[in-house]
Amino acid sequence: MIFALELAYWQQTLIKVGVVAALVPAAALILGYVFLLKMMSHMQSRLGPMEAGPHGVLQLVADGLKFIQKEDIFPDRADRFVFATAPVVVLMSTFLIYVLIPVGPDLVVEDLETGVFLALAFSSISVIGILMAGWGSANKYSLMGGLRAAGQLIAYELPLVLAVVGVVIQAGTLNLQGIVAAQATGEIFGWGGIGNPFILTQFVGFAVFMIAVQAELTQTPFDMPVAESEIVGGYQVEYTGFRFLFFFMGEFGTAFAFAGLAAVLFLGGWWVPGIDVDSNVLNVIGPIVMFAKIMFVAFLIFWFRFSFPRFREDQLQSFAWKVLIPVSLANIVVTGVLKVAF
Amino acid sequence: MTAISERRQLAYIASQAADARLNLELETGGMTINLGPQHPATHGTLRLVARLDGEQVVEADPVMGYMHRGYEKLTEVRTYPQVTTLVNRIDWLGSFANEVPFILAAERLMEVDAPPRAQWIRTVFFELSRIANISLFLGDMALQLGAITPAFYAFRDREHVLNQIEAATGGRFHPNFDRIGGLKDDLPKGWIEETRGAMAKLRTFCDIIEDLVSGNEIFQARTRGIGVIPPEVGLAYGLSGANIRASGVDWDLRRDVPVGLAWNEVDWKVWTHPDGDSYARFWLRLMEVREACGIVEQLLDGLPSGPIMAKVPRIIKVPAGEAWVSTENPLGEMGYYIVSKGDLVPFRVKIRSASFNNISITPWLLKGVFVPDVVTILASLYFILGDIDR
Repeated sequence: MIFALELAYWQQTLIKVGVVAALVPAAALILGYVFLLKMMSHMQSRLGPMEAGPHGVLQLVADGLKFIQKEDIFPDRADRFVFATAPVVVLMSTFLIYVLIPVGPDLVVEDLETGVFLALAFSSISVIGILMAGWGSANKYSLMGGLRAAGQLIAYELPLVLAVVGVVIQAGTLNLQGIVAAQATGEIFGWGGIGNPFILTQFVGFAVFMIAVQAELTQTPFDMPVAESEIVGGYQVEYTGFRFLFFFMGEFGTAFAFAGLAAVLFLGGWWVPGIDVDSNVLNVIGPIVMFAKIMFVAFLIFWFRFSFPRFREDQLQSFAWKVLIPVSLANIVVTGVLKVAF
Repeated sequence: MTAISERRQLAYIASQAADARLNLELETGGMTINLGPQHPATHGTLRLVARLDGEQVVEADPVMGYMHRGYEKLTEVRTYPQVTTLVNRIDWLGSFANEVPFILAAERLMEVDAPPRAQWIRTVFFELSRIANISLFLGDMALQLGAITPAFYAFRDREHVLNQIEAATGGRFHPNFDRIGGLKDDLPKGWIEETRGAMAKLRTFCDIIEDLVSGNEIFQARTRGIGVIPPEVGLAYGLSGANIRASGVDWDLRRDVPVGLAWNEVDWKVWTHPDGDSYARFWLRLMEVREACGIVEQLLDGLPSGPIMAKVPRIIKVPAGEAWVSTENPLGEMGYYIVSKGDLVPFRVKIRSASFNNISITPWLLKGVFVPDVVTILASLYFILGDIDR
């Protein structure tokens, strides 16, 4: 860390907390505006919001202000403590992933040796929050949504982890900075012009990872837990005002974080070809490169979301257990064999 | 097709028996869930009381009447020309098609025949209503299954048809254009060419839907084999329209019961599908939109000249008698049974609307299906609340 030399521990911690606390809402706003409001509208041959700010950029800010003004309603027979804590638990998992994603050689909140493992572990905390929301709402639709979410997220956690194992084998490290460096210094049959982004060798892993991410984020075609046309929003049914805002921020914040993880693991992270991986320049342009890659991955996520109908619960489970997990296991075996062979 | 559904129900009964003892020991009773009256899958205010066992429906009961507007009674205090304004609102998506059977029944009692040009233009508007109605279904079914984008394409392209209806009649949703003895106006200048253009756009829309929705693997996985209606069960419940044709029953009032309209003058095909599942009902309606585009184009080619109004008295009094006329409306068979005592107003009007019968099969059909399939089946049966509650 560059500023680790000058600041006390509490000052560092304060800065880190501030950075993460500012990043999550900003990321949710950006993804919400660019993809949910604008890309979806243009795909559906309409304009989307145009009034708040130029081209409607402030629409989500206005929506957020509206949510904050709303009454904080508790259902009559709700389990008040569980009901109130659930959105915080969901948002907490989002915050924790942001701690680990690097955007430059020195720009990372916490550079941990077990980065990938922790990021995936943090992401599964949200299941607990969603189950709490489903149970605490004292609503049948919510309960069904919560249970569906729990079943789905547990099923898709496995292919998510297994898809990453291939990358970890190839890079030889769990550290996210190490994975970026491995891609930057890698060579394709002796030619190191563009390094070796793992999407080239781990394309199966990338596909499985993206599908599992889609399910982890409960985006269509895996949006059974919220399915508006069946269970009318699932575990979110009873939430109003800022508690609903928490869920919204959690959804889009996590989408941004997972897009970041995908960019780091498969697209070379903050590194661009032509610049030395240790160069200080990357501390400046790294965040921009990273942002561009994240937006590309997020575009894929939302493109699928707006194009497909949704699976049924049993189809969704059998897809995870019968297709994704065997494929990712085979990918691990092949990667391991090739790693030893070369 | 019968075998699939029977096997499914037998398997369900067997699993119920196996679970029963366990449920008694653990005291895990079922759960009753209210789908509606404010539920997005019910297109309005249908209420479905479903008893669930986990995510499986044990029994489901439709409760209707939340939107009852008393049209049958209202017609008894409206003169015959005023009734068309009311009945426009029964199936609000294909409104012109609601007027036609009533007017035909009144004409039959008065022994008036509309001139050929009026009959042809009536048929054109009848088919335009069908396209406007069903093209929205094509997008809505996808929406119920979780794909939002096709719904917007449906709204966009339905507009081409609504624009044509508005250009000729002045009303987008409620034209009120049909008169006893003919039509209110002739077609405006240039309308025929514009309508041909609109039909071309609708054909493109059908291609898009075929690509985007019915060709999609997830859509097929969600709809194939779901909600299978065997033909004899469908007939016993009085299903009509695309719902019964999707079960393989070749029955279309447009072809089978001539009522004076111009369908028999043009070349078209009644589609059927052997499967009787949700996918068949979707596919069949898609083909019907295409067929309707063809009917409209052919009718416009051969439109006869002449007057659009027969000689009818200024104040319409319908002679005493009874008449029943039904036509193949977008949702199925729709008919009016008029009893007249020779007054300015009907003595009694019985409205047979398609959705009321189409929805009556739901308790039988929803037994043993999963909650997501409830939505698929309701969407594929395609009802309109105004058509159920009248």
